[in-house]
Amino acid sequence: MSSIAKKTGFGATVWDYITTVDHKKIGVMYLLAGTFFFVLGGIEALLMRIQLMRPNNDFVSAGFFNELMTMHGTTMIFLAAMPLLFGFMNAVVPLQIGARDVAFPFLNSLGFWLFFFGGVFLNLSWFLGGAPDAGWTSYASLSLYSEGHGIDFYVLGLQISGAGTLISGINFLVTIINMRAPGMTYMRMPLFTWTTFVASALILFAFPPLTIGLALMLFDRMFGANFFDHTMGGNTIIWEHLFWIFGHPEVYILVLPAFGLFSEIFATFSRKRLFGYSSMVFATILIGFLGFMVWAHHMFTVGLGATANAIFAVATMAIAVPTGMKVFNWLLTMWGGSIKVTVPMLYALGFIPSFVAGGVTGVMQAAAPLDYQLHDSYFIVAHFHYVIVGGIVLALFGSAHYYWPLMFNQMLDERLGKVTFWFFFVGFHCTFFVQHFLGLMGMPRRVATYGAEQGLDTFNLISTIGAALMAIGVLMLVINVVKTAIKNEKVGRDPWGDGRTLEWAIPQPVPFYNFRQTPLVRGLDTYWIEKQEGNEEGMTYAEPLGDIHMPNNSILPFIMTIGLFIASFGALYNMDADKPWSIFLLIGGLSILFACMFARSFKDDHGYHVHVEDILAEEERLYGKKGGNN
Amino acid sequence: MAHHEEAVVRTPVEYAYERKKRSDQMKMQVVTFALMIFLTLIAFIAVNAGFSPYYVAPIILVFAGIQVVLQLYYFMHMNEPNMGFISFFMWSGIFIAFITVLCFVTIIWWHTAW
Ligand code: HEM
Ligand SMILES: [Cu+2]
Repeated sequence: MSSIAKKTGFGATVWDYITTVDHKKIGVMYLLAGTFFFVLGGIEALLMRIQLMRPNNDFVSAGFFNELMTMHGTTMIFLAAMPLLFGFMNAVVPLQIGARDVAFPFLNSLGFWLFFFGGVFLNLSWFLGGAPDAGWTSYASLSLYSEGHGIDFYVLGLQISGAGTLISGINFLVTIINMRAPGMTYMRMPLFTWTTFVASALILFAFPPLTIGLALMLFDRMFGANFFDHTMGGNTIIWEHLFWIFGHPEVYILVLPAFGLFSEIFATFSRKRLFGYSSMVFATILIGFLGFMVWAHHMFTVGLGATANAIFAVATMAIAVPTGMKVFNWLLTMWGGSIKVTVPMLYALGFIPSFVAGGVTGVMQAAAPLDYQLHDSYFIVAHFHYVIVGGIVLALFGSAHYYWPLMFNQMLDERLGKVTFWFFFVGFHCTFFVQHFLGLMGMPRRVATYGAEQGLDTFNLISTIGAALMAIGVLMLVINVVKTAIKNEKVGRDPWGDGRTLEWAIPQPVPFYNFRQTPLVRGLDTYWIEKQEGNEEGMTYAEPLGDIHMPNNSILPFIMTIGLFIASFGALYNMDADKPWSIFLLIGGLSILFACMFARSFKDDHGYHVHVEDILAEEERLYGKKGGNN
Repeated sequence: MAHHEEAVVRTPVEYAYERKKRSDQMKMQVVTFALMIFLTLIAFIAVNAGFSPYYVAPIILVFAGIQVVLQLYYFMHMNEPNMGFISFFMWSGIFIAFITVLCFVTIIWWHTAW
């Protein structure tokens, strides 16, 4: 990991990371924090599977089961999958488009800290009187009547981390529109950049409805506002709409970047240009649009009426068309390619049948009459785990292997990686395939136990065994990371040998300013073109070597977030009559926040310049006398 | 975008071209302004004439929509080149917001009233 800080020592490193605005370091922090929450959510899942292993089990109480179930879903979606994807976006996208950082490095850091402290806040509920227990969807008819502060932790925690996500999404939009290197036209952008772009646009449009829903929920709980309370003239269905107007685009916010990651992997290891590039771009945009017109397929059984159900059913089925286009493009990318089955490629190969299975059950559920049977059964659980684990988690694991050398200049062990894949893949299908049948046999989702006479024992046991296999897979991945770190073998530039896009053309370790000179992009798969023409440098430059302008580090995002964190505790305890001190927390926290915003607004920070001699010195430090690009 | 002009020296041809463009823009602005006043007049007349509210309300809403678009394009410079991305995002946002509101009005509000 590169850094201009010459100081070492643990304290200095921590300070460096807390104040950093460097997209590469923020990417690493997203990966670390995301993995932490992923393991947490995984443990919650294992506890649930142990409880469901046999009928009439009393391993956990029903109330605790509800908390586990809620926190598992919320953690996995908001605190594991999204941040891990943001980790890759941060680590890769600026390098892919030839930028020296994102458009707003300060906001990038703020986005990370908001996500992280939102997640910590949510999880502190475990120790402070009980976690939320109304499902990750937190339907108002349940959550308004939930005792204790669980739901308040959910509302405030998601509000904070949601703000972080919105900030990061806008940041990537601006970065991709404004910071592309000369020659990097829209139709030359690698697919991961494209999908990041569309996913960020979805964040921009989908998170505000969630924010509004959460704000109304907060008013209902804090001030008795009755937006969702039908006994007081409110309407509980409004929450469901607001949630799913956010919620369905959210699943595409997750899966589109995963598609992008796989597109990179397929092209690289088929050693062929991605088939149907422009149709891939078109399909991505189309999915983004349609994603906003289908949310009510989560509410078929609410009683919206036949007309509404029919419209939303047809719209939902339409999404399968662009998705199918993508699948065929991946297959045709491999067709006739000279395929190298590395670990990332193995994950990509496993992804296609898994995700297609999830898509097929999705289209089944889109048929409203059939959904009356499937809704709220284990069939739904099987469907969304096939798309989320079979799509997103496989993408995350595969890209971890793929991009590890880019981020850390080390290569994860390939042999161990293949064993890991098989454990995880077999475990995944073992866990979730049988859940289709459990659903069809009538097992409802979100139940803490089932009876011995219901005939559900065998499949549930199989499912639990599968979960154990997946856990072994995850552990092996962690071991692989530790092993690789200890071995600490530097692999250098383009270690896969088949890198196509700009990020692989940068010498390793990547200097903190990314590009000594801004590159000139001469086509899709820039690096491939340069390699074909025998360019040892790997890039054509668009400018002579000159001073580089870089942003300053800042502690303000961290302090701002701490302020908001404190204020949230104030808001949470302000609902209790016996805690008058909470108002001071609220005011104190918000004062910290606003003081920081003031400081930021009134003190201009123009960044600094890295002069040519500094660049040359840094290159000699990193690569020795011979310089970087050869 | 035409604001923050720097002190560049123009050739006479450039100058004439700029001048022509400006006056064309000006003409469009005046025309739009007149149109907007006219739409407002119709709205007032429709209310005063005592037509049924079921007739007047939609008309005023449509006129309001037209005025917003005119405002955006002729006074806030969305008709200039290089605004492609901005208008794409704005229209997408408007479209999504419209669907949302339409849904709330139809399947929550009216549907419960049926
Ligand atoms: C062709 C693509 C897809 C179709 C047609 C589809 C369709 C559906 C339908 C109709 C439901 C509602 C079922 C019910 O509750 O009765 C559903 C639930 C769900 N889907 Fe999909 N889906 C698709 C892809 C995806 C993807 C890509 C993801 C995630 C990355 C996803 C995640 C989910 C989740 C999380 C739920 C359950 C939410 C809950 O009730 O807690 N789906 N899907
Ligand atoms: Cu959906």
